[in-house]
Amino acid sequence: MAEDALFDFIHMEVVAYVFQSSEKEKPTEDEAISKLEHMGFTTGYRLVERLTRESGRYKDELDIMKYICKDLWVTVYKKQIDNLRTNHQGVYVLHDNRFRFLSHMAAGKQYLQYAPRYLGFTCGLVRGCLANLGVTCVVTAEVTQLPACKFQIQVQRG
Amino acid sequence: MSRQSMRANDPKKVSGELFTLTYGSLVAQLLQDYENVDDVNRQLERMGYNIGMRLIEDFLARANPGRCYDLRDTADKIQQAFKLYLGVSPSIGSWNPGGDEFSVVLDSNPLAEFVELPDHCLGLRYSNILAGVIRGACEMVQLEVMVWFIADQLKGDNVTEIRVKFIKRIEDAIPAGED
Repeated sequence: MAEDALFDFIHMEVVAYVFQSSEKEKPTEDEAISKLEHMGFTTGYRLVERLTRESGRYKDELDIMKYICKDLWVTVYKKQIDNLRTNHQGVYVLHDNRFRFLSHMAAGKQYLQYAPRYLGFTCGLVRGCLANLGVTCVVTAEVTQLPACKFQIQVQRG
Repeated sequence: MSRQSMRANDPKKVSGELFTLTYGSLVAQLLQDYENVDDVNRQLERMGYNIGMRLIEDFLARANPGRCYDLRDTADKIQQAFKLYLGVSPSIGSWNPGGDEFSVVLDSNPLAEFVELPDHCLGLRYSNILAGVIRGACEMVQLEVMVWFIADQLKGDNVTEIRVKFIKRIEDAIPAGED
């Protein structure tokens, strides 16, 4: 669909923007990623509210995670998560074997170091969605082999 | 349960909303990063320009629009692109007598669907990215144009109106380097 191209392009620009060096100083990798994360969070928080407007209550945390892996992932990334694992103590690992934002990159080791830049927004997006569904968590991402990646969700209880 | 009913949501609309919401987060971030709204406007235009440079290829591949023989053709293609990517049909009009300047008029602006401008942001041209996109896309097909907003619904106008002015044809241009 045509609008999908727009989302890809705006995401590219957002990433390029947070990593560009301003007149003052070059942002550190951490600062830039945290900015991306924040933008993802606000997007996800608002998005999920609109997406789940018509759906019933999710019966538990796992049910919410399934929603993230299936419906949300299809809406945003055009495919389902390939594998969901959990230790049943609040840690969920989502494997995506061909992540949308990494699928444009050359596979192999050469650009592996830049891959985290394309995951920060999504970490925030997932955290934002979960926050609005009532789950407080920390989301981190990891890439070992492009274009596959995994997201780890650690639910905070208390 | 009504859970399944969300799949009935129009996926096209959801995709558009995803873009709109992402754009909103971006503008909010820019407002935080820059003290001056003029800098925000400039940055949005520049990002649009970068997007336009890439988007034109997607447009040419997808819509196969054919060659433009005059600026009226170009205006039609711009209208077609709005329809394709944003799902709105702007009207083209207000040609100047010389025929080198026209307006793209949007009755509703999908980018601003969820937006209200607070008082301290009155200088902000929220949808300025569109101006950049048009400029970037035209530049890649050898047209130098100037694009600016003359009316914006966010500021109380009835319509959102983007003015496009033809400057010159770029001859034998070397593609601009990536920003």
